[in-house]
Amino acid sequence: MTTDEIPAVESVSGTGVPIRGNDIDTDQIIPARFMKVVTFDGLGEFAFFDLRFDENDDPKAHPFNDERFQGASVLAVNANFGCGSSREHAPQALLRWGIDAIIGESFAEIFAGNCLALGIPTVTADSETVETIQEWVEANPDDEIDVDVAAETVTYGGTTADVTVDDAQRKALVDGVWDTTALMKANAGEVQKTAASLPYVEDGERA
Amino acid sequence: MSEGTLYDEVWDRHKVTTLPTGQDQLFIGLHLIHEVTSPQAFGMLRERDLQVAYPELTHATVDHIVPTADQSRPYSDDAAEEMMAELEANVREAGIDFSDPASGDQGIVHVVGPEQGLTQPGKTIVCGDSHTSTHGAFGALAFGIGTSQIRDVLATGTVAMEKQQVRKIEVTGELGEGVEAKDVILEIIRQLGTEGGVGYVYEYAGEAIENLSMEGRMSICNMSIEGGARAGYVNPDETTYEWLEATDYFQANPERFEELKPYWESIRSDETATYDDVVTIDGSSLEPVVTWGTTPAQGVGISEPIPSPDDLPADKQETARRAQEHMRVEPGETMEGYEIDVAFLGSCTNARLPDLRRAAAIVEGREVHPDVRAMVVPGSQRVQRAAEDEGLKAIFEDAGFEWRNAGCSMCLGMNEDQLEGDEACASSSNRNFIGRQGSKDGRTILMNPQMVAAAALEGSVTDVRDLKEVTTV
Ligand code: SF4
Repeated sequence: MTTDEIPAVESVSGTGVPIRGNDIDTDQIIPARFMKVVTFDGLGEFAFFDLRFDENDDPKAHPFNDERFQGASVLAVNANFGCGSSREHAPQALLRWGIDAIIGESFAEIFAGNCLALGIPTVTADSETVETIQEWVEANPDDEIDVDVAAETVTYGGTTADVTVDDAQRKALVDGVWDTTALMKANAGEVQKTAASLPYVEDGERA
Repeated sequence: MSEGTLYDEVWDRHKVTTLPTGQDQLFIGLHLIHEVTSPQAFGMLRERDLQVAYPELTHATVDHIVPTADQSRPYSDDAAEEMMAELEANVREAGIDFSDPASGDQGIVHVVGPEQGLTQPGKTIVCGDSHTSTHGAFGALAFGIGTSQIRDVLATGTVAMEKQQVRKIEVTGELGEGVEAKDVILEIIRQLGTEGGVGYVYEYAGEAIENLSMEGRMSICNMSIEGGARAGYVNPDETTYEWLEATDYFQANPERFEELKPYWESIRSDETATYDDVVTIDGSSLEPVVTWGTTPAQGVGISEPIPSPDDLPADKQETARRAQEHMRVEPGETMEGYEIDVAFLGSCTNARLPDLRRAAAIVEGREVHPDVRAMVVPGSQRVQRAAEDEGLKAIFEDAGFEWRNAGCSMCLGMNEDQLEGDEACASSSNRNFIGRQGSKDGRTILMNPQMVAAAALEGSVTDVRDLKEVTTV
């Protein structure tokens, strides 16, 4: 990612991976013990860890372990995804595993906010639409899904389904203003001026 | 919306621009960092190949995980050692000043900033820690931030924020014997509730606030967040300036003091300022306040009966019932005589030199109750040294207190200092949440430091005013 420009996220395309079940909380997405770390780097391999591995660390049947879904970037989930603790580690783990967009029936608010801060759209659709997408992904793991944030549609195979994107989220993603670091970095000159106008900021102490 | 308040003035002077998201971009004059919340943000910076924009306006310390007994390296807890090593590497790489234990200046971040003269009126101050509100005692605009915002501040020297409303809390009258700043803030939170301050910044004013020392003002601002307010402040005055003038920084740079004073004067709330809300509290009617429950709002005067959940507003009843069950207290009784196992004198609320002095005055020549484990954890190494030099350490140790090294310690039990089982703790800290002090069955009773001292001696919650009378006879 460049630092001067925030990429507008108008749409995300890629192969899909379905995770079924309602109320999947952030403790399941990233178990608390993996939070005793000093960076988010490498969190991807711990995504859904306790659902993916048994007590001997041997892999269990889980979509994130499934050969067919490796390299997927569009996650399809059900209702109230990301509930529980507000840890930013959860979307970080998904992002680092490779997820760039999530389609679901509904999302916990803080989770969706944390996703937005990383530029990950969380689009919603009714349960029938979501289930149809999940089934299609299972049958067509090598085919791309297109999540169009601006148009509020998801296209897969020959089908285009309407989805909903929260207004503020759509504006932030489509206008490319979701990344506050990049957004504010672009105003470095103005920041410098504000700093210089403050009597307590001493001259010549600027980086 | 408010107008002409310190909050408005400081906001306007630090506002860079309005962002397309509708939020304001605010310049940050002091970014304090510690080992728990900063490493991920540095990681994100590295990932994007960004530098720390204003290392000179950034200052680091280590407090949450630091052991308060054996501080030899590597720390015995591997996770603590890793966090410390990571912080050391990050500050070295970025060229950030670090008050580490070897410097003799280490301590709780909210004790370190003020005592080094870094905290000043009219500054915007942030830290990845909710008790950053403490620094508002100097007339700074200070608030806690999350990981993504830490990254923003490191990378840009700014945060994106929406402006909040301002509530003036006027505390009138003179505080009585044994009543401290801590009792004032516990009373405010008790009256306005733990969510009462959501969306507000609190301006503390009135005779009782003006008469407080800087340390007292810090205790009050510290707990703003416990009342739901992200920031709280007191307008700077002569008390503030005297305190600042005595810090090393201004002792070494007296000309800076003269240069900055007009700015400090200029940001004070106007006489004619408009507030979104005003609340008045009669300070002269207060007595020492102690908590009976598991939120800081669940407090009572020491001679008052614990309320019956049925008498509370409908939305508070269920939590009150659960809290009373956890604490094993009965409505109608007072907290006086409630047996304790541990006495903890510490935290960023109440572990500064005057706090320790007042507690020592109660303890002097007496003995800790045989069933009580009592400890003093000074807020910083500077506080620790000063207290040792003036003989406070000896007073506490002679009475049977343990004297520890500086850190957060049992305020949150992230190091080895924790409650065990269902121990009850008389604590000078700020949070009595279940599990806060390291044991899910532990019981925390918040109170002022003199009251902690009294509880340690008696083995139970005690009205320190009675004890004073006894000792003076
Ligand atoms: S002393 Fe307690 S409240 Fe203060 S910074 Fe440390 S952990 Fe937080």
